[in-house]
Amino acid sequence: MSESSTADITAEQVAHLAHLARIDLTPEELQRLTGELAQIVHAVEKVTEVATSDIPATSHPVALHNVFRPDVVGATLSTEAALAGAPEHDGSRFKVSAILGEEQ
Amino acid sequence: MNELTRMPASEQARLLADREVSARELTAAHLDRIAAVDEQVHAFLHVNERALEVAESIDARRAAGEAVGELAGVPVAIKDVLCTSDMPTTAASRILEGWVPPYDATVVSRLREAGLVPLGKTNMDEFAMGSSTEHSAYGPTRNPWDLERIPGGSGGGSSAAVAAFEAAIALGSDTGGSIRQPAAVTGTVGMKPTYGGVSRYGAIALASSLDQVGPVSRTVLDSAMLHDIIGGHDPRDSTSLTDQWPSFTEAARAGARAEAFKGLRVGVVKQLSGGEGFQAGVTQRFEAALTAMSDAGAEIVEVDAPNFEYAIAAYYLILPAEASSNLAKFDSVRFGLRVTPEGGGTVEDVMSATRAAGFGDEVKRRVILGTYALSAGYYDAYYGSAQKVRTLIQRDFDAAFRQADVLVSPSAPTTAFKLGERVDDPLAMYLNDLTTIPANLAGVPGIALPIGLAPEDGLPVGIQFMAPQRADARLYEVGAALESLLEQAWGHTLISQAPDLSLGEMLAATEGAV
Amino acid sequence: MAKTDLMDFDKALELFEPVLGFEVHVELSTKTKMFSDAPNIFGAEPNTAITPVCLGLPGSLPVVNEQAVRYSISLGLALGCEIAESSRFARKNYFYPDLAKNYQISQYDEPIAFDGSIEVELEDGTLVTVPIERAHMEEDAGKLTHVGGSTGRIQGAEYSLVDYNRAGVPLVEIVTRPIFGAEHRAPELAKAYVSTIRDLVRALGISDARMERGNLRCDANVSLRPRGQERLGIRTETKNVNSLRSVERAVRYEIQRQAAILAKGGTIVQETRHWHEDTGTTSAGRPKSDADDYRYFPEPDLLPVVPSAELIKELRAALPEQPVAMRRRLKADWGFNDQEFRDIVNAGLLTEVLETTQQGAAAFQARKWWMGEILRIANARDVEPSSLVTPHQVSELIALVESGDLTDRLAREVLEGVIAGEGTPEEIVEARGLKVVSDDGALIAAIDEALAAQPDVLDKIRSGKVQAAGAVIGAVMKAMRGQADAARVRELVLERAGA
Ligand SMILES: [Mg+2]
Ligand SMILES: [Zn+2]
Repeated sequence: MSESSTADITAEQVAHLAHLARIDLTPEELQRLTGELAQIVHAVEKVTEVATSDIPATSHPVALHNVFRPDVVGATLSTEAALAGAPEHDGSRFKVSAILGEEQ
Repeated sequence: MNELTRMPASEQARLLADREVSARELTAAHLDRIAAVDEQVHAFLHVNERALEVAESIDARRAAGEAVGELAGVPVAIKDVLCTSDMPTTAASRILEGWVPPYDATVVSRLREAGLVPLGKTNMDEFAMGSSTEHSAYGPTRNPWDLERIPGGSGGGSSAAVAAFEAAIALGSDTGGSIRQPAAVTGTVGMKPTYGGVSRYGAIALASSLDQVGPVSRTVLDSAMLHDIIGGHDPRDSTSLTDQWPSFTEAARAGARAEAFKGLRVGVVKQLSGGEGFQAGVTQRFEAALTAMSDAGAEIVEVDAPNFEYAIAAYYLILPAEASSNLAKFDSVRFGLRVTPEGGGTVEDVMSATRAAGFGDEVKRRVILGTYALSAGYYDAYYGSAQKVRTLIQRDFDAAFRQADVLVSPSAPTTAFKLGERVDDPLAMYLNDLTTIPANLAGVPGIALPIGLAPEDGLPVGIQFMAPQRADARLYEVGAALESLLEQAWGHTLISQAPDLSLGEMLAATEGAV
Repeated sequence: MAKTDLMDFDKALELFEPVLGFEVHVELSTKTKMFSDAPNIFGAEPNTAITPVCLGLPGSLPVVNEQAVRYSISLGLALGCEIAESSRFARKNYFYPDLAKNYQISQYDEPIAFDGSIEVELEDGTLVTVPIERAHMEEDAGKLTHVGGSTGRIQGAEYSLVDYNRAGVPLVEIVTRPIFGAEHRAPELAKAYVSTIRDLVRALGISDARMERGNLRCDANVSLRPRGQERLGIRTETKNVNSLRSVERAVRYEIQRQAAILAKGGTIVQETRHWHEDTGTTSAGRPKSDADDYRYFPEPDLLPVVPSAELIKELRAALPEQPVAMRRRLKADWGFNDQEFRDIVNAGLLTEVLETTQQGAAAFQARKWWMGEILRIANARDVEPSSLVTPHQVSELIALVESGDLTDRLAREVLEGVIAGEGTPEEIVEARGLKVVSDDGALIAAIDEALAAQPDVLDKIRSGKVQAAGAVIGAVMKAMRGQADAARVRELVLERAGA
């Protein structure tokens, strides 16, 4: 990463990130975050100094593999318990506003 | 203050076992203390209405001659990041206000099985993002040593509860120091176990590859006893280790008795032990502790961990990246807050409005940063590079542990700072975890314990010991050894120096709260 | 909306070469879900087959189902794939209310199986090798019901309801490489490919593969390039084409639609498209954009899957024969001619006929019922035959006919009962009182009664007019309310006349 990349962070970019993350930002928040993000990114870019191609990535601090569960049915939640914390439901299903999009 | 609340849990347990005190009495004493001081300290977000009932049931079991665990009947505070089926669990976020999970975290189930009495849920930085507990949506917790100062974070509620004698023991969670740094600034003890040593099931995830649940207490032995209860394999957490762990309680007891420092190689990590940002009194106390260990027979060596310099940068990429994904589930569909924009809107509009209203500034900042670090075109440079730094840091640890049996550093670079001092400067705030972050990146255990007061401000200073993965018992042994060495030298415990907040207690008493 | 221009299919093929690609999602028939011990069941009451993991509740964590891994490896092997020495799960991040965590646990750069191929047989016996890029493990999403608006579709709905029973059901997604050279048989190949995958996973016993239940779902990619052009054209991805017939129709439609646009000098929009079963058309969905930034990263809650050589050996040894080989063998075993066998395959009923024979029915009987009455009813109702009855039920029905308990006519009535969900064939025979009267005594009594009513009939038969028996047989069948074997009645009538 070159030094110039931090300057590249624009309000449009932050707005796009906020959309990806589904967080509405006020114009003030957007402006403040754009500045902060540039600052933080500049600080953390340091990682690229030592992360050369010959170094493997570590995604788990303690290396394990093949951690499996037997295919045996366990206890389920009651519908009541599942819906208890829901903002809105119809007695058996969670209710959401119109989606106006497409199914994935 | 009731003397019972000043005792460590190990003492309380002895009185309970000897039937000198009942669980009900002990629990009532703690509830009284909470009533007296928590208005000032604000360590708790929720106090368990059924604590006395639970305590009575333990008394009944004991009276019936049932075999109960060693800490049965001892009250315990639970960080609000842990799911409890009988108390709201909010992670100190507005987005989860009032949410009662339909299940218990594994560590909470284990506390219940062992007969401990949940006292309530402790305050924290929202979703454990922070080092001062100022990012709680429900207001900050104050440091019992100085109510104008922060109790550390994110687990400031647990550390303050313990330091203010509202509970002898508590659970915390540590992603980059959230158990150890609060311990440092409140003069208490906290342990981050080896990654995988304690189940994460039911702990609201911040950064899955860094999070560990661990004990918080006023003595090393108490942490060990609590760790014995919550630790061990959990099939519900794929990253949980299947190891048979030794008794940490025995390790702590052995350390307090034996000459643990004879021939012990103590490695001082150059990159974590001084330089810019380290307060003079912290350095002074740290050096005094090294001298004490050396006098007791330890071999003090300096170890170099050159890549630790990159730890904070790697951490502030990995954590936000994982957090941005972990926090996506807070979308107003199945639980928690729902905010519908004026005039309605699509589900997407509702999700965005809910998250805007439900998340605090620091959460938004980190979620956006994490989204950036993972997005197309940036992944390799940011997240990918950070994962490589992680490899380098592990290699540095491996090399260091060839030279030393344990590594040491101050638990935090400074003593407790004033509320509001760094809250608007995220980068300054991030530096608080300078010394604790490497252990999380490498999955090694770390324990923090008090080593005295900084001369310039009279506030507690902590030391951190780190051991290789799976060598948690070594930390309890060494930690207990240093604790007893220092207490012998001082002639008292450090926590006994803490202000007793009795003014508040008196006020509460006149209002009839006690 | 203006009617979409379509080019004549043959004309389109003259001008353009179609290139196909498929993503087929197969739901595995494990007992529990991919990452949770919730039951993997179909048709339960909403939100009953769920755990905190299925709902993505805060604090919940996934744990991999070992059986799902074994099934995935078996499928990978059957597709001729390499099995990864080390394979990893990744998070695919996007917000959607049917996705509890707002990320799907899938596999990204390290799928369990990759680089394979499968032979697909076209109607005339031509073999086509379809190259497989990868097969990866992932979890299914929940089910949305759109309420309000006219058709229950997402557009115009007032609100939606979410059931997470399906959330977390194990899936294997099979992704092909681009398939060239299918030419005018592209639609046929599409259907044959999906049908082959369906036969394969059924033979492996790893999925119910019932398309009408969504156990098997196909996304079809189609692009066209002008004859002689090297570069690939822009493709569309038609989502959720969920019957064999529709796969064929959707590919044909896209070829015709794209050809019409390209011939006019237009460009194809790279987008997902929706298949409409009712109109036989596709419509534009969401264009590909940077909103497709899924921010994949290794799933930190799960560890790598590192299959041992022994496991792979064990699973390889247990593989069933390849679909093409199996077809050849079955054709020989069953003694059908080319046309008879091809009809079964083309109707998508090979697996049903096979499973019916495996329950003990004769192949010609199994074929007769599936290709006859069941297919007729299915066509009339515009549903898949396999959604009406199970091979087990059909074999029971055939057994009742074979034993003489039912006539064909009665059996058809029983079949109706089975389709209506009245119970097993045995139960329906019982409940409706449909059993053939096989008691000769009762038949003879009825015959004597009929003969008494038509005294001239006996003489006619005796004088050689055997067809005169028809009147008596008719009367007896009527008296028996059809529940007699007409051939046996005829035999008895002749016996009496000849005596
Ligand atoms: Mg796909
Ligand atoms: Zn998929």
